Amino acid sequence: MTPQDIRRPENVVAAKPRLLNDNTMHYCPGCSHGVVHKLVAEVIEEMGAEHIAIGIAPVGCAVMAYNYLDIDWIEAAHGRAPAIATAVKRLNPSRLVFTYQGDGDLAAIGTAETIHAANRGENIAIIFINNGIYGMTGGQMAPTTLEGMVTATTPYGRRVDLNGYPLNITDLAVRLDGTCYVTRQSVHTAAAVRKAKKAIRQAFENSMAGLGTSIVEIVSTCSSGWKMTPADANRWMEENMFPKYPLGDIKNTVSK
Amino acid sequence: MEQEVTLMKGNEAIAHAAVRCGVDGYFGYPITPQSEILETLEELQPWDTTGMVVLQAESEVAAINMVYGGASTGKSCMTSSSSPGVSLKQEGISYIAAGELPALIINCMRGGPGLGTIQPSQSDYFQATKGGGHGDYHLIVLAPASVQEMADFVPLGFDLAFKYRNPVMMLADGIIGQMMEKVVLPPVRPRRTDAEVALQCPWAVTGKPESRGPNVLTTLELDPHLMEKHNIHLQEKYDLIKANEARCEEFHTDDCEYLIVAFGCVARICMKAVEEARAAGIKVGLLRPITLWPFPADEIARLSRQVKGILVAELNAGQMIEDVILSLDTRVPVHHFGRLGGIVMDPDEILVALKEKFAL
Amino acid sequence: MKEEIIIAGFGGQGVLSMGKILAYAGLMGGLEVTWMPSYGPEQRGGTANVTVILSDAAISSPVLNSYDTAVILNQQSLDKFESKVKPGGTLIYDPYSIHHAPTRTDINIVPVDAMEATFELGSSKTYNMVLLGALIKVRPLVTVDAVMAGLRKALPERHHHLLPLNKDAILRGMTLPAV
Repeated sequence: MTPQDIRRPENVVAAKPRLLNDNTMHYCPGCSHGVVHKLVAEVIEEMGAEHIAIGIAPVGCAVMAYNYLDIDWIEAAHGRAPAIATAVKRLNPSRLVFTYQGDGDLAAIGTAETIHAANRGENIAIIFINNGIYGMTGGQMAPTTLEGMVTATTPYGRRVDLNGYPLNITDLAVRLDGTCYVTRQSVHTAAAVRKAKKAIRQAFENSMAGLGTSIVEIVSTCSSGWKMTPADANRWMEENMFPKYPLGDIKNTVSK
Repeated sequence: MEQEVTLMKGNEAIAHAAVRCGVDGYFGYPITPQSEILETLEELQPWDTTGMVVLQAESEVAAINMVYGGASTGKSCMTSSSSPGVSLKQEGISYIAAGELPALIINCMRGGPGLGTIQPSQSDYFQATKGGGHGDYHLIVLAPASVQEMADFVPLGFDLAFKYRNPVMMLADGIIGQMMEKVVLPPVRPRRTDAEVALQCPWAVTGKPESRGPNVLTTLELDPHLMEKHNIHLQEKYDLIKANEARCEEFHTDDCEYLIVAFGCVARICMKAVEEARAAGIKVGLLRPITLWPFPADEIARLSRQVKGILVAELNAGQMIEDVILSLDTRVPVHHFGRLGGIVMDPDEILVALKEKFAL
Repeated sequence: MKEEIIIAGFGGQGVLSMGKILAYAGLMGGLEVTWMPSYGPEQRGGTANVTVILSDAAISSPVLNSYDTAVILNQQSLDKFESKVKPGGTLIYDPYSIHHAPTRTDINIVPVDAMEATFELGSSKTYNMVLLGALIKVRPLVTVDAVMAGLRKALPERHHHLLPLNKDAILRGMTLPAV
């Protein structure tokens, strides 16, 4: 059997979604971004929403998300994606508007925009990648960095007396009346990927149904920033991140 | 066309004009002396009539980013603030300029630096005309001098913003914002339909139809060669704007031996000083830049050949005077007269300054 | 014709709205008008003043250093503005809150017992309309009809039932100056 035979359409058992283009991703091996990008692309495709989808990209590793997903995008200033999404959705209510943000973007510099967009119940979906570190700028402490975790700016480990506590911003968002769906997922196993995809789908459907703000946190790895192999990073995440950031739906006012 | 003559504050006139001109979105945050813009819009409830979106944001930073988002979708969006708030907006303004987005930003200036005072000032001239945020960019800067212009510059501002895909700043001040005058509101223009927006703004982020590839609004370009190319494109656009859009008003300049240059409310004060000077036999004229960027350099150059001296009057320590000096075509003495920190000069002070500086 | 007017008193005395109604009346009379308030915390009980310019030609400066007419409602404002009335100009003041009466001899000084009249009318909110009546009696810049038309424009419709009360106050004010 030649490679050409293998690649015949009738032999396809799994394919990347059409909206995910062939550009080479700049993400490191083992990074969760690629998987989440694929899930977002699949959900938009399955919803038949590519002509109405508008993504707001962050500043952080996903700053060039627009290079990989063939939909319309706006690249935001650091932390401002929820403010941008607010205006995009209000001015274009028929559109599927989502932000895609990391922990530094969403939970540090963009805390005000995140909290207030969610509190207003903007009909947007927020995809929140939490890997406890600033990846793009070279592995500095994020608000979500765990106690004791070594980063470029906490070389001896995060000390709460110096740096405060890890910020569980998703739990904060639960308390806001504007949020309809707040969930925490991961993409480190096949089962987790399926659940995460379902969560993204529900968040997108909520926003189109005008039910308020949905936040999907994806607890993620950063092998480069954590200085681990992808496999070790997954294990480290399970052992250290999940106790602080436990997985599952935290709030769902529109249970299905 | 329906004409409504009414009496209102400059800030109120902006709000009424915005609704009448079919503006799509206003995003603001309260700060004296311009809060009447947001208050009036909330009172008018345009979401029930034209469908205009009005939102009180959580901060000036959020408000300007809402404008960035809305403008990215081809909608006509505006924000307003006063000096400290406009400082906060500078990051977003830089992005809007970089992304070549049409938008209208109003600065109803108050005295600074810092929290400063709520009284009128013109001390944000440098910030407005020289960039303000990071990077090489320019706003088109309109300087209204009456309530009528506060209203008229809303449609003018959006026309220029869309013509050049460039943010426009209306640089007003506490006096023009707070005072009431007779105003004829601009004619009603319906909001553009989504189809019209798509036709006018093929670059807009609207959701990707099958007929085109993805529209991406980004200001990031990691390849310095491409970034330089984008910068050169911006500079070429600014040259075009400079060539086409400099505007000014002249008052008694035909035979003037001395020239006063002043903008905004100070130009109004200087008009009275000119009248008083002429009554006293001094041939003085006034040039009022209407656009502060592009600066009406050609007219200043022409008049510099005619006059014995130029007085630049501003509510700051000497900002526009630099552009006046750069515009000269000959050596002629140029002096500055300013009041600072929220104090507004009266016409007599201008006259006294003119006489003192030129030993008249 | 051009009249440059300052109205000055305490915040809460209706200084700004008196100026506004005068400006509206000018607008109704086909004049160019400018209304320039002091603004900010002063509105909350400190001194408040407003410059109103009525003219049959375009108005230049909204900021003035001298006035044709001053309407003065408290001592601080008298101290500040008495010297700024142009020679031959008019100073109207209410002796009720003035301890040291104006002393200039080159201007027309008109005391108006507006507070007393307002007490008699029984509605303290009409104080500024009593004064406005006195002003248009001394300086007939606009007609009573134009003032009433201005009031109709300036007052939200839900307050239009107060129009007759305000008219009474204006007419009462017109009887006060000893012209």
